[in-house]
Amino acid sequence: MRPALSFDRRLFLKSTGLAFLGLGFAPGFLARAVAQTTRHRRALVLVFLRGGADGLSFVPPVGDPAYYAARPTLALGRPGAEGAALRLDDTFGLHPALGPLLPLWQDGALAVVQAAGLQGATRSHFDAQDFCETGTPGLKTTADGWLNRSLQQLPEPGAGAFRAVALQGTLPRSLQGAAPAVALDGLSSFHLSGKGGLDSFEALYAGAVDQALRTTGQEAFEALRATASADLGNSPPDNGAVYGKTPLARRLQDTARLLRAGVGLEVVATEMGGWDTHVGEGGATGQLAARLRELAEALSAFARDLGPRLADVTVVVMTEFGRTVRENGNRGTDHGTASVMLALGGGVRGGRVYGGWRGLDGPGLFEDRDLAIRVDVRSVLGEALQASLAPPDLSSVFPGFSGSRVGLFG
Amino acid sequence: MPRPYALLAACLAFASAPTPSAASAAPPVHLPPSGWSQEKQAVHVLNRLAYGPSPASLAEVQAMGVQAWIWAQLHPDTLEDAAVLAKLSNFRSLQMTTAERLSAYQPEAKLAKERGVDLTDPEARAKLLEEMPLGAMPRQMGLELVAAKLIRATESRRQLQEVLLDFWFNHFNVAAQKGAVRWMLASYEREALRPHLFGSFRALLGAVAHHPAMLFYLDNWMSTRDGLDLAALRRSNVPVPKKLAEGGKLGLNENYARELLELHTLGVDGGYTQADVREVARCFTGWGIDRPRQVGTFAFHPLAHDGGEKQVLGTTVPAGGGMDDGERVLDLLAASPATAHFLARKLAQKFVADAPPPALVERLARTYLDTHGDLSSVYLALFASPEFWSEQAFDGKTKTPLEFAVSAVRALGGSTYGDAPLVKAVDAMGEPLYRAQPPTGWPEVATPWVNAGALVTRINFALALTAGRISGTQVVLPSEAAGSSPGAQVDSLALRVLHTPLSETTRATLLRAVGQGENDAMPDGERRPLDSAKVAGLLLGSPEFQKQ
Repeated sequence: MRPALSFDRRLFLKSTGLAFLGLGFAPGFLARAVAQTTRHRRALVLVFLRGGADGLSFVPPVGDPAYYAARPTLALGRPGAEGAALRLDDTFGLHPALGPLLPLWQDGALAVVQAAGLQGATRSHFDAQDFCETGTPGLKTTADGWLNRSLQQLPEPGAGAFRAVALQGTLPRSLQGAAPAVALDGLSSFHLSGKGGLDSFEALYAGAVDQALRTTGQEAFEALRATASADLGNSPPDNGAVYGKTPLARRLQDTARLLRAGVGLEVVATEMGGWDTHVGEGGATGQLAARLRELAEALSAFARDLGPRLADVTVVVMTEFGRTVRENGNRGTDHGTASVMLALGGGVRGGRVYGGWRGLDGPGLFEDRDLAIRVDVRSVLGEALQASLAPPDLSSVFPGFSGSRVGLFG
Repeated sequence: MPRPYALLAACLAFASAPTPSAASAAPPVHLPPSGWSQEKQAVHVLNRLAYGPSPASLAEVQAMGVQAWIWAQLHPDTLEDAAVLAKLSNFRSLQMTTAERLSAYQPEAKLAKERGVDLTDPEARAKLLEEMPLGAMPRQMGLELVAAKLIRATESRRQLQEVLLDFWFNHFNVAAQKGAVRWMLASYEREALRPHLFGSFRALLGAVAHHPAMLFYLDNWMSTRDGLDLAALRRSNVPVPKKLAEGGKLGLNENYARELLELHTLGVDGGYTQADVREVARCFTGWGIDRPRQVGTFAFHPLAHDGGEKQVLGTTVPAGGGMDDGERVLDLLAASPATAHFLARKLAQKFVADAPPPALVERLARTYLDTHGDLSSVYLALFASPEFWSEQAFDGKTKTPLEFAVSAVRALGGSTYGDAPLVKAVDAMGEPLYRAQPPTGWPEVATPWVNAGALVTRINFALALTAGRISGTQVVLPSEAAGSSPGAQVDSLALRVLHTPLSETTRATLLRAVGQGENDAMPDGERRPLDSAKVAGLLLGSPEFQKQ
């Protein structure tokens, strides 16, 4: 395995660190940046598709006639035709709206897991998302999330405020817990309103009696300064990448900005909604296709922006469950079981569909309606963790789980 | 809700028995000597039993005396609150039954189906939404619920009642985003929680256990005895959950039983086993909902009930008890010392310290058991405890986002209509109201609330509030007192917000922030007016104001 180089923190030292010194700011942030140049971890970026994305439209089994029988109006055409699926292998195609991802697949940077799910989970969005994020299906009272438990195993008392970031309004369950994590809606809104408040608030918090507030204040103001001094909220993409105006594109652009700035980013969690396609799901065009295009364009711009640095990042795309195999009476699909996961970036053994295909009857079908689970979500997440943060004890990240190996990374 | 006086008196070892006529004159609240000034005592009770001091509430506590004020808070009906009630009278969804809400606020999808509108056609969808009056969309219920909560927290004189409603809602958390729950929330607060905040825990527990919001949220309405025949269920007109009809299995669902033991009563270390969870779930089979999407009231379905004998926590629940099986379980749980201890700790954590003194918890648990779970007795024991009046307790808790936002408005004598900007601010700080997803509710301790993004959001809220940029919510900034120096004005504003004199360093920081030196008056003595909005913003955003 090639060592995953950290982001170019020397550049960061030049551009921001010296500025700190010159202005006489506390160099704690700088010292950490220096310390972190010796560490070689990939950053983990998790994209959660909320609503239950239809894995069978994502990566349709175009080689199986049963797929066409189950979905008379929704099925995508066999590769070759106009508006048809793009060819991945003899069994699977890629939804045409995911076209922007095809070059990444061809380069071996993108892998697909078909029929991933959480054993013993549920068809309720609410519970299924919860279980995906706590990593403990069936156990509702787990206090912390699997990402946070991973970070707890890698204590880093001096870590910067941007070590674990949720680029969304609130901290998702996966990042909740004892390890520090920041939730912010976006870098462009991460600043103090008005002029000159930063120095004043920094002074007020430096004198705080409450230690947690003093520490957090220091982190927040460091992060604010880093954001402002590198003008992170405005730093343009590299390599001619063009991000769309969608929320996910904005969030991935911010992720790339943070990665480039070398602020010690190790985990990003973000999300995208609109996958609950009960009615009028659409085929090559329509509702789901629009969501897929939005996803593919955002990921593709992100990969282009990072360029070779994509090797220092592991991106995982997941959803809480898949949808029914057969389309319903409203030309949509209902809540199901297994769906698709994507892995993109460093260490991914891409260009392959993992999980495999067992047809749409017999062992391939669950409760006569859903795609049966081939791969436990936690297997994929565990392997992604090993390829990125490498927490020493995976068994306490996913307590009680010992799934089989997928071999997604190598 | 007014409770018999004799019961209250009997419950209070430290209280002399009051008579109704003497009550207002001699409130039975005896506080331990704290050596604190009247103002400090008033600030402390307003920080803990209320959403922070406002100029009016501070004056009220000092005029009534702390003891009398606490007593009145424990008897909210004695406090006139007409202004707030009038302000809430426009929120019609809050007065409706669940059935009325289900019919008045129909989901967009249902309406679309009725009218044959294809929601995926953007034009058709836009047309439908245009035709749906804004006030008839389901989100209207959420807007009214949240607005009412913020108005009451900010302006009600019955502050402890609102603090306790928030506490018990959180203890018995349900989340608006789960299925039919949002249609049931008004009834949940109004009928299951509010009437029982000051009464017996058993009554509160029972009201929650019967309420469709909880039955739906924790799936008990779908729980049936194992091996139940779906066709038989249908024949008896028991509503069959769609999921089951689609091919799911009928049988026991343990969700409610588990949370009942772990979160509502005994606590995770309360000494129950997985077998107890299962047996409790069997007892509650059949506790369901009459047509959750049309009627939404409690219904017991005998056919779904497991009629066999059960063993719960070493006690035999005999066969054939029907719906009473559940009541037996609630009796057992409410009377358990583990429950007493769990609730005592949680209340002490809420009102005293994140890590409450064990001796206090023990005493509160004892009070709970001695009074058969009389909540007012436990509250009073708590408010009269030396631990509550200890120096460590003063300003020792970090405010939750809701507490922070509301206390900021109150500190500056403000008022609110609970409009979107205030709601969004509380959301952004990490506490979207009524939308805590897990059954654990929001955390009571500081750690999860103190993080960089949330802190920056708090500071920005403070600046926006004092600059008048939170529309629908107003604060009152003091007008410049003629002839007083900027330093004196900062001091007076700080006393009003923080109730404690500023340190020299902080004072200098604040003056510098608004570009005022102590001695930079013009030669003729004229000064630039102090930017009091900014000073107030800095004070509300300061670390001191995050504490209570």
